[in-house]
Amino acid sequence: MKITVLYFARIKEVVNYSSEIVELPAQVETIIALKAWLAKRGEVWQQLFHGSGVVRAAINHALVDDMATFEEDDEVAFFPPVTGG
Amino acid sequence: MRRVLVQAADFSYADEMQTIQQACPQAGAITSFVGLVRDQVGEARLSQMVIEHYPGMTEKALHAIVEQANVRWPLLGVTLIHRTGVLPANAQIVLVMTASLHRQAAFDACAFIMDYLKTEAPFWKKEIGEFGEHWVEARASDETAKQQWNQPQ
Repeated sequence: MKITVLYFARIKEVVNYSSEIVELPAQVETIIALKAWLAKRGEVWQQLFHGSGVVRAAINHALVDDMATFEEDDEVAFFPPVTGG
Repeated sequence: MRRVLVQAADFSYADEMQTIQQACPQAGAITSFVGLVRDQVGEARLSQMVIEHYPGMTEKALHAIVEQANVRWPLLGVTLIHRTGVLPANAQIVLVMTASLHRQAAFDACAFIMDYLKTEAPFWKKEIGEFGEHWVEARASDETAKQQWNQPQ
């Protein structure tokens, strides 16, 4: 499955990407599975997704929890807790 | 009347007040809130704030928050403007105006919109100043402020 992944704020700076298109293996279809799959990329990614910091996620512009599922061509975003206002 | 804007440009409080008053001639009350860039973080001077957001999601999130406020209170009009990009110290960041027949709905809806915006709208602030630069951390008290709206009245 192919999806677009976006990164914002501190997370964008940590991974040094703002967006990428990724081709996922068949069993990676939930946010938690995607986090685990990205964490395998190396120390920085491991620390980001399995460290102590909170990483929020959205699918197609809607906030979701770790068990949410996405589909082909969806847009998944990862970002820190929001701080607007 | 519903006016929701995400923009780099500054806004004029006076112009916005005139707009909402003209759009809501039945209003007996208008409440407003303006959020500003502080010029200090602790003892250190702040020179700039950078506000990043998630284009596309931000607008949807703000409209959803205004919609929830409209469901809860009998509002005649809402203006919600949030700036993005690089802002100097003392700049205006956010404006909320709520118009209703009577004051309590206007007061409550204005506070509700800010409490939800703080925890649900995808904006992130970075502070730059004498201390270097850092991303602002989310505050647990903002989540608590939002939760209070879910308790039985």
